[in-house]
Amino acid sequence: MSTVEPDPWAVLRGATRARVALGRAGDGLPTTRELEFRLAHAVARDAVHTALDPAAVRAALGDGDVVEVRSAAADRAEYLQRPDLGRRLAEGTELPATGDDLGIVLADGLSPRAVHDHAPGLVAALRERLDGWSVAPLVLAHQARVGLGDAIGAALGVRAVVVLIGERPGLSSADSLGAYLTWEPRPGRVDAERNCVSNVRPPHGLGYDQAARTVASLLAGARELGASGVALKDEAALPG
Amino acid sequence: MTIRRTTLGGHTVEFPSLVELMAKATPARSGDVLAGCAAESAAERVAAQTVLADLPLATFLEEQVVGYEEDDVTRLILDTHDAAAFAPVASLTVGEFRDRLLAWAAEGDEPAISALAPGLTPEMVAATSKLMRNADLIAVGRRARVVTGLRSTIGLPGRLASRLQPNHPTDDPLGVTASVLDGLLHGSGDAVIGINPATDSPAQTIALLELLDAVISRYGIPTQSCVLAHVTTTLRALEKGAPVDLVFQSVGGTQGANRGFGVTLDLLAEARAGALELGRGTVGRNVTYFETGQGSALSAGAHLGVGGRPVDQQTLECRAYAVARHFEPLLVNTVVGFIGPEYLYDGKQVARAGLEDHFCGKLLGLPMGVDVCYTNHAEVDADDTDALMLLLGAAGCSFVIAVPGSDDVMLHYQSLSFSDVLTTRQVLGLRPAPEFEAWLARMDLLGDDGRVRELAPDAPAARALLAAATS
Repeated sequence: MSTVEPDPWAVLRGATRARVALGRAGDGLPTTRELEFRLAHAVARDAVHTALDPAAVRAALGDGDVVEVRSAAADRAEYLQRPDLGRRLAEGTELPATGDDLGIVLADGLSPRAVHDHAPGLVAALRERLDGWSVAPLVLAHQARVGLGDAIGAALGVRAVVVLIGERPGLSSADSLGAYLTWEPRPGRVDAERNCVSNVRPPHGLGYDQAARTVASLLAGARELGASGVALKDEAALPG
Repeated sequence: MTIRRTTLGGHTVEFPSLVELMAKATPARSGDVLAGCAAESAAERVAAQTVLADLPLATFLEEQVVGYEEDDVTRLILDTHDAAAFAPVASLTVGEFRDRLLAWAAEGDEPAISALAPGLTPEMVAATSKLMRNADLIAVGRRARVVTGLRSTIGLPGRLASRLQPNHPTDDPLGVTASVLDGLLHGSGDAVIGINPATDSPAQTIALLELLDAVISRYGIPTQSCVLAHVTTTLRALEKGAPVDLVFQSVGGTQGANRGFGVTLDLLAEARAGALELGRGTVGRNVTYFETGQGSALSAGAHLGVGGRPVDQQTLECRAYAVARHFEPLLVNTVVGFIGPEYLYDGKQVARAGLEDHFCGKLLGLPMGVDVCYTNHAEVDADDTDALMLLLGAAGCSFVIAVPGSDDVMLHYQSLSFSDVLTTRQVLGLRPAPEFEAWLARMDLLGDDGRVRELAPDAPAARALLAAATS
């Protein structure tokens, strides 16, 4: 005679993405579980250390001008240790002062892979929603922090800059792209003067259309307010 | 201001202030380079250490790193200094003090080392640590005895406790419960069951406090809970009559850093008084919990000292311990790899910082634990954190932090896992807090050999816990 009782762990496992009930091999982890964890970390590490591939990004973007720039951080190791250098343009960088309304920067950030995977899709979705905005040539930035957009925006002479940047990879999300909007960009702007749309990574995270809609709405709001940051709320993102 | 100098390879090296001397004597780390205060060369670093070694310990009572008038942490440090406790080492230089500590450690003279705490300032301890190697930090750290208690006892010889950290991205009660049970079944949670809430609101904090209190009461677990909300949120929870065991707050080593955290010393005192009033302890009355971490002052732009010069991050970290010890904490831990590679770049820097923080905290009288952790953009992996956890176990670390499978799905970083705690205890012959160990035995979770049993999910003990949680 036997009774079938439901596995209580099944209920609990379903309630969290935490790595619960992995089992044990002595006091350590079973091999399968150990390798699962290693793979997740390896994917995240690779996302950080993959070099931005300009040719691939250009090809994915299709036609149009793309200008490449570098920050003052000479390599990945310096970039990771000196965020201040990642916010400054390399010495001697020249950008055309177009005086357009908007600059768009594709920045490697902490996940070049996010730029490879998602920036072309987001740019395309964004372009469809930028009626009434003249857009400067796209800028592809190496070893870049969000703040580099201030220097780039100031050099381009644009009224607003949107930085699409690879976010810090997590164990389960190595390809997350963030979009940061800054009105009247210039060096010295602080984070409270920006608006952010995070976790763009379809199909698991935010989709391109949804993200583009939010960014376009924030841009319109910033133009009306004459400012970005904590004073600017994304009305479009509210339900109803 | 005294200019201090030494000769190096035939030419003179000068250190124009105590701030610069301390910074340049600090073992290499990225955060000091970022702040612009690190030694320019390896030789300059040793030159600074050489000058520091000859400095009388008492100098730190006369000359400040962060000004007395403008910083309430400095005032706290100097106004509460215990001259009688300092007396046994008052005539020593920093170098002589290091030697004395190593001698006492070798003789196993725990009382001599432990009694110094009220007489030591953070700057004295930081300076001494800068002359020590990792093994020195371990040898002395394990002889600085600090015992605290609320419903379990932390810091006894031969024990390693753990904070069970059951974080969930939306604070889902069942999700949190799953992680709590997984940790308990692995023998974790004797230091505290402590959640970082996803939302810092009084309502959410109270809901989580009640959830944890229910688990602890239902099974009679001799441990305490904590929801690591801002202290002002915990104050609101206290006002509403929530079951608050521990008042938590992140603290820093300058008044400005604490302002950045939104706290003052008065606020911390008020919250502690509120928790004490509840009288929820059974074996002790330590009702506060603090977290710190090298780099927090710099990241808040609050790292400048006398003369507007940047103070090194390790000295500032030790100053945060002065804030913590004023409130007689049950637990304090440094979060050693969380802040990122711009402060601690790689496994070597993280390990060094973890051992420094443990040593300095213990010497200053804190029940010191460590969150041994890393982010994916640091040059650190699980091999590095394995090494540090075992070094800390050897150093007599009071507790470590553990999350399911090393993966914190809310804060997005990697800490130790529940099985890492088992491994450290097994390799080094360490045991859980005694009250918690007795509870494990009552729950039939402990084998005859003292190890936490590997239970099948359908074992009676596991089944009892799980059934109650999901009912």
